[in-house]
Amino acid sequence: MIHRMPITRRAALAGLGTALAAPAIRPSFAQAAPIKVGVLHSLSGTMAISETALRDTVLMMVEAQNAAGGILGRRLEAVVVDPASNWPLFAEKARELLAVSKVDVTFGCWTSVSRKSVLPVFEELNGLLFYPVQYEGEEESKNIFYTGAAPNQQAIPAVEYLMGADGGEAKRIALLGTDYVYPRTTNRILRAFLISKGIPESDIMEEYTPFGHSDWQGIVSRVKRFAGEGKKTAIVSTINGDANVPFYRELGNQGIKAEDIPCVAFSVGEEELAGIDTRPLVGHLAAWNYFMSVQSPANTQFKAMWQAYIKNPRRVTNDPMEATFTGFKMWAQAVAQAGTTSVDAVRTAMYGQKVEAPSGYTEEMHRNHHLSKPVMIGEVQADGQFNIVWKTPTAIPAENWSPFIPENANRRRG
Amino acid sequence: MKHPVLILLLLCALALPARAQDAFTAGLTGLGTGFNQTAEAVDRLGASGDPRALPLLRALADGRLLRQADGTLLIRGDAGVQDALTNAAAEAAGAEPVRLNNRVRVALRGALGRLQLVSPDPADRQAAAEAVFRSRSAENVPLLDAALARETVPAIRARLALALAASRLMADDPQNKLLGVTALGATSSPEARAVLLEARATNPAIAAQIEEAVAAIDQRLAVRRAAETLFQGLSLGSVLLLAALGLAVTFGVMGVINMAHGEFVMLGAYTTFIVQEALRGIPMLAPWSLPLAVPAAFLVTAACGAAMERGLIRHLYGRPLETLLMTFGVGMMIQQSVRLAFGAQNREIISPPWMQGTLMLPGEIAVTQNRLWILVFSLVILGLTVAAIRFTRFGLEMRAVTQKRAIAASMGIRTGHMDALTFAFGSGIAGIAGVALSQIDNVSPNLGTGYIIDSFLVVVFGGVGSLAGTLVGAFGLGIINKILEPWAGAVLAKVFVLVAAMLFIQRKPRGLFAQKGRAAEA
Repeated sequence: MIHRMPITRRAALAGLGTALAAPAIRPSFAQAAPIKVGVLHSLSGTMAISETALRDTVLMMVEAQNAAGGILGRRLEAVVVDPASNWPLFAEKARELLAVSKVDVTFGCWTSVSRKSVLPVFEELNGLLFYPVQYEGEEESKNIFYTGAAPNQQAIPAVEYLMGADGGEAKRIALLGTDYVYPRTTNRILRAFLISKGIPESDIMEEYTPFGHSDWQGIVSRVKRFAGEGKKTAIVSTINGDANVPFYRELGNQGIKAEDIPCVAFSVGEEELAGIDTRPLVGHLAAWNYFMSVQSPANTQFKAMWQAYIKNPRRVTNDPMEATFTGFKMWAQAVAQAGTTSVDAVRTAMYGQKVEAPSGYTEEMHRNHHLSKPVMIGEVQADGQFNIVWKTPTAIPAENWSPFIPENANRRRG
Repeated sequence: MKHPVLILLLLCALALPARAQDAFTAGLTGLGTGFNQTAEAVDRLGASGDPRALPLLRALADGRLLRQADGTLLIRGDAGVQDALTNAAAEAAGAEPVRLNNRVRVALRGALGRLQLVSPDPADRQAAAEAVFRSRSAENVPLLDAALARETVPAIRARLALALAASRLMADDPQNKLLGVTALGATSSPEARAVLLEARATNPAIAAQIEEAVAAIDQRLAVRRAAETLFQGLSLGSVLLLAALGLAVTFGVMGVINMAHGEFVMLGAYTTFIVQEALRGIPMLAPWSLPLAVPAAFLVTAACGAAMERGLIRHLYGRPLETLLMTFGVGMMIQQSVRLAFGAQNREIISPPWMQGTLMLPGEIAVTQNRLWILVFSLVILGLTVAAIRFTRFGLEMRAVTQKRAIAASMGIRTGHMDALTFAFGSGIAGIAGVALSQIDNVSPNLGTGYIIDSFLVVVFGGVGSLAGTLVGAFGLGIINKILEPWAGAVLAKVFVLVAAMLFIQRKPRGLFAQKGRAAEA
């Protein structure tokens, strides 16, 4: 016993010494100023349910990048702000990040209305924003890289699936959405698309509800009535945020089975399903570019990395998290390639940047600031995960200016 | 004498399964290789009529059917994994569950329906009649004729008759078709209407008869739809009533503008969650977590209310603006504390089975169970509140203090004490509302914010200080909202209701049930 004591103490001292010496091992960190990474996601308010996980994803990436030696020998430092689901506050916080904190890059926003709010700020101060969520398109700012899907990478393939043999050959479509720019623009594109496929106006139903809507009984029974006209009907949902929970609960209670009226959602992922008993919803669909159930080496690594970082083996991953992950990796590659964090140099280096994404495909950043992405359709399972029932064979490039919007006819392509 | 007959019977008995087994094994080909192949295999198995197909298809529907790389099918049961053909115990290693999509599910429903029509269990037969109605095909007509002749349960007979009529409609000969049209036209079911409309497109020859049948159904449906709209209005009203009832006490009776009222509702919902989690491990109590959450939520929020009244509000009596700002701030603090403690994610409250699904009232009026229970619950809570204020000593003292504080004090009532109790009572009711709302809304830190404006609207519209006014106000606004919704959409309907309420309050500032006498002027 007595003999062993000093050894333990010596070992402890050695350990302490290593710990003290650690900063000295990477001297470059101490000399160069850190690269600042802004995080602009709502941590309170109605969007906190979705955006909190994205903040954690960025922090995880920053930590991992630092562990791997940073970029250009410089350490990364995250600057987190909370725009509180308040759209004008997004613009103020963006200005604060760019003008006061002088961040080199920002990862942020979920809803399109928040992106529209910060866009003029990023253009005025020449900042760089990575936007990780599927959206309605009709935008191409030189200061924003869009790592989520454009309508042709999500909405249109999903509706085509519903109208095909596997989706049940739907002839009538109910478009349900939350009342803001993303659902309204997407539904405008979808309506034009459906009409081009020979579906008459009378077979399309369109309804909007406020954010956080909870009383769905009237709308769901109207959909039921709409479906009772003797043609196969499907629901296309652009309902956003936590209004989805009471919506799906009402679908279950009114006995709307996926075999009869399938519902495909564009904003419901693993994270949103975490608060719902999914057993009555089995067979309803979601269209994304990534599901947690994807089988790929990159995804296995991504899931393990996330669950280790968040210290909870049951936490789920979802599509916008994957888009954040992919966007961050591309940005890191572009900075390393450009040799600087200057916005203009990084922008040029971003074009053509490729990443083996957790979706199992190689995703590439094109000159239209959008990624090529695979499209996947998943069915809700009893355990809250998605069973992938259809996917595109390759990653497809984005059409951010939809050909189904007449005003885009004069726009150049490519 | 009997021997030849017996031998014949025996031979038949032996021959039948042998033939069916061939169809069964042949039907299995392709099962699990792809969605289309699986759907085709399911169709064949359903048509085979083999009793061994039933457990296999059930396993497939539940995701318990596994397939090994060499094509061997296994069923995962309670006792372990078995070979689907030989029932021998098997090793599940390397086997993948056979995957389903909606196309396979539709095929499965039809096949299971056909096979279960002969089941001894009435619940199975009911489900089978439903499934066969949905999958309707002319081949099922003789099957359904036989099932109908055997069936004795009236409810299942009705479903079978509907399924038979729908299947007849798919038959080739016009005589059978017309029989189907007549039978479907005699019902008052929206599903029958949908089937008829679907048939109209493919059968122009009998379009006139179909139109007639649809018109007859429409007539009967009109009444029922009106009743359903009324129920939806009452249901929305009951939610408003629950949310506003506590406020009717704290704001209506005491005059405290409590902007944290919604947060008390939210605390009630989180209490429900905590009770559910605490009872999860106790099998005897777990199904009763929702009823048990009611008193728990009342106590928790009442305690919070009492603390808030004693600690803060009593220092601000007579200063409504300061009270408003202060309670608003407290509300935000409660919201953020809950977010820190439980996270921003929604919490899942499991609905007990008696609160799920749809209930058919007489006249086939479909109402969702959870909404119905909340309607009943809100009326019970209203009744209890009225009783507490009317008939108990606490209620008497409460009314005395609010009507004439000085005289009540001189009678020996501790008015400060009463203020705290009244505020706690109102907050407790808000907590109970949270238990009910956890069943229909998201249990998230933002739960309460959605209800605060509506609650004030109901109380002011109904008449401050009047519980009857709160009742009429809540149901009135709920029904008007639901009548407007189909025409104007959910967003505009709400705007219309707000404008109408504003105009109404302009004309009658004291609301529907204006308080008369001294209390009103005070």
